[in-house]
Amino acid sequence: MIDQSVLEEVLGVALRTGGEFAEVYAEDRRSSSAGLDDGRVEELTSGRDRGAGIRVVVGDTTGFAHTADLSESGLVAAATAAAAAARSGGGGTNVVALTRGVVERSYEIDIAPGDVPKARKVELLTRADEMARGVGDAITQVSASYGDTRKHILVANSDGVLVEDDIVRTFFAVSCVATGDTGMQTGRESIGHTVGFELFDMYDIDDLARRAAQRAITKLAARPAPSGQMPVVIGSGGGGVLFHEACGHGLEADLVAKGASVFRDRVGQRVASPGVTVVDDGTMAREWGHIAIDDEGNPAQRNVLIEDGILTDYMWDRLRARKEGRAPSGNGRRQSYQHLPMVRMTNTYLLAGTDDPDSIISSTPKGVYVKHLGGGQVNTATGDFVFGMTEAYMIEDGRITEPLREGNLIGNGPEVLQRIDALGDDFAMGPPGTCGKDGQGVPVGDGVPTLRVSSLTIGGTAA
Amino acid sequence: MTDDLLAIADRVVAMAAPGEQVEAVVVRGTETEIRVHSGDVESLSSAQSQGVGVRVVRDGRQGFAYVGSLDADAIAQTLAEARDNVAFATFDEFAGLAEPDGVAPPVLDLHRDACATFAPDDKVALALELERAVFAADGRITGLESAEYADSLSEAAIATTAGVRSAGRETSCWLATYVMAAEGDDTQTGFGFSVGREPSELDPSTAARDAADRATRMLGATQPASGRFTVVLDPWVTAQLLAVLGHTLDGDSVQKGRSFLADRVGEHVASALLTLVDDPTDARAFTATDVDGEGLAARRNELIVDGVLRGFVHNAHSARRAGTASTGNAVRGFRSTPSVGCLALSLVGGTSDPAAMIAAVDDGVLVQDVAGLHSGVNPVSGDFSTGAEGLRIRNGALAEPVREFTIASTLQRMLRDVVAVGGDHTYLPMNATGVSLAVADVTVSGR
Repeated sequence: MIDQSVLEEVLGVALRTGGEFAEVYAEDRRSSSAGLDDGRVEELTSGRDRGAGIRVVVGDTTGFAHTADLSESGLVAAATAAAAAARSGGGGTNVVALTRGVVERSYEIDIAPGDVPKARKVELLTRADEMARGVGDAITQVSASYGDTRKHILVANSDGVLVEDDIVRTFFAVSCVATGDTGMQTGRESIGHTVGFELFDMYDIDDLARRAAQRAITKLAARPAPSGQMPVVIGSGGGGVLFHEACGHGLEADLVAKGASVFRDRVGQRVASPGVTVVDDGTMAREWGHIAIDDEGNPAQRNVLIEDGILTDYMWDRLRARKEGRAPSGNGRRQSYQHLPMVRMTNTYLLAGTDDPDSIISSTPKGVYVKHLGGGQVNTATGDFVFGMTEAYMIEDGRITEPLREGNLIGNGPEVLQRIDALGDDFAMGPPGTCGKDGQGVPVGDGVPTLRVSSLTIGGTAA
Repeated sequence: MTDDLLAIADRVVAMAAPGEQVEAVVVRGTETEIRVHSGDVESLSSAQSQGVGVRVVRDGRQGFAYVGSLDADAIAQTLAEARDNVAFATFDEFAGLAEPDGVAPPVLDLHRDACATFAPDDKVALALELERAVFAADGRITGLESAEYADSLSEAAIATTAGVRSAGRETSCWLATYVMAAEGDDTQTGFGFSVGREPSELDPSTAARDAADRATRMLGATQPASGRFTVVLDPWVTAQLLAVLGHTLDGDSVQKGRSFLADRVGEHVASALLTLVDDPTDARAFTATDVDGEGLAARRNELIVDGVLRGFVHNAHSARRAGTASTGNAVRGFRSTPSVGCLALSLVGGTSDPAAMIAAVDDGVLVQDVAGLHSGVNPVSGDFSTGAEGLRIRNGALAEPVREFTIASTLQRMLRDVVAVGGDHTYLPMNATGVSLAVADVTVSGR
């Protein structure tokens, strides 16, 4: 994307005001998307974003500038701006020599979405619309969306690192509205992987559309969710966001360093029930949060965060790891070249246990079964977090009974982790997610087996 | 200086083929963000971004493409892509660009040179002043997750073959901080901010005091018992509720059967105390604008008056389909086609004093913040459930702090259950203005 000699010169300029570390992150992103709503393909969109972000670190200060101009002069101007932003008293000549690194990809895409005729992408949308509407007359509206991105990234820094990678992601979602005498309800299903158009060989779109429609129809018969505390069983695959919020964010080293995490100073201590092992793993081929290298050029890793209930480590980016004199963990990510990297999750999941999923439900006299979670939010400093239930049922006398209307559940991360009292043997990854932090969104994956939390607060309206 | 963007838009429009409608949106932004920590600059980002979005409509079909660049060759390719995408859309008799409607855009003073020329050292000084003020506000403040100064200068131009031609620029700046207070083992958090069009409008001490107050008054908070209460929503919370409610008032959702307010125009849908307007012509609103995303004049639209639903907001497409005129509510960036959305919602006419609103509640909760609006509120069904924190209200007075609970109802019921509307209009960095709002019969779920 950019000549090595130009990169070396630009890094030299970036260090001219006394910087200790400089980095060029360049990106060329092409995307295509198509949306169907109300029975019509509304439009096909093609997009391209290309540019570079340059950062310079002096002591505890980071200077950052970005440009859409990848010419030598454009890059030098951005490097000068970043260096000025991070200025220190020092100065001098800096020679940077880059060595091209090898990026080990665990997966090569089969079908580049760019090679697929646009008409083929549009056909998927109309097919999903037809299948969802076919589920029943109660389905009164359907929207569907298709998206693919191909992102070429380059990272070069003053430690001599030079790596490039190509990342392809493909996504599809169906949303339905069902109407009945209780009003309207919605159902949504989405799939997304770090793969090409072979996504549609991995999944059956007909089935996906029918499931979304069925979820909306099921909820027409839903009763208001209860209020107060009770046991909650989370379904396999559908509830990874629980761990993303309950402990994931709190284990990000940047928040820990600022004292903004309930998990600060807890490494080596018990933070969860025995048997609970939480992993963040960027190397999981094909998963939505998969990366070969992070956005700072570090290889992705499988990092065990909590092992058998004991907190083992936080997640790190280059800046925090450098301060602590340790290796980064491959968790430095950013939304685009216009953003500074920070500590982010990749694919975060809870390992399977040994319990039979059916017996987890049958041994619960009264509770809530959450088959499918929506998004969530956490206050890492207090540990309080919420997550939404988009498909949930009552458990009465050990059996799943009536569906429940939507709502949030609320809990405190460290408390909830200690209240996990059953872990199923049926691990599955969940749907693709976008994790937001400081206004930046990055693709993440999550997964869980069926599990039970002995007590959580359900945010419904029923007594 | 925005003229060069309009010239680019004009050049794209001039490339329209016979029988083709073309719209070009060209934007450029300069942004600075300075974060400070421990009396030093943690990061300073300064950046310029730009891009062009091209929409082509031909024979009732629409195609779109964008590029994050103002390079002439890249823009020509983008037009070619948009043109190529046209063939794949379904025929839509209402497809088409906005037609000029003769409504003059309001003259708003949204651009200030004082913001554009504010020196970097002064920006750093303001952020450091904010951090100092936070620690000076209360001895129990133990740390900062962030303290920042940010500003933006954004310029946009739009031109179309239908004859729309408009360009404008605006500045904004803000201070924001997120702080931690501790007492014993207990840590609580609070945020504060100050927004303006130019730095002289920013007030670091108010932002710091708000953040410190929000954090320290939560110290010792416990989970409340469940029950049904009257809740008084802080202006910040009300504004977020309005933003969600806005989705039920956009003409696109209404026509596509995604709004519970469809077919209710002329009916009482809310308490008679409620009058809701969307008014981007109020220059005090953070999202004030003179034109919408299709280049039509922004205007004040009355949506609910004394509890009666008056109408919905529209862009050109949803208006054409509804057999009415655009209300100037096209919302978009350069990376997307225009959708329909409320621009600057506000509850007007409320006169209640927030202190009097609390004094009128025997047994209730003041909600100072909510979490999970995106996960527990469904604007289609109306189901409403969010995480919350705040203070109990007992016998008309603020009492102990409470956290780790949810508040739940439905949007339909909450509109009717409003019992008092505050006159304390608070301009916030979002598309709605906050006021204190008292809502009866809300379920608090806790212990």
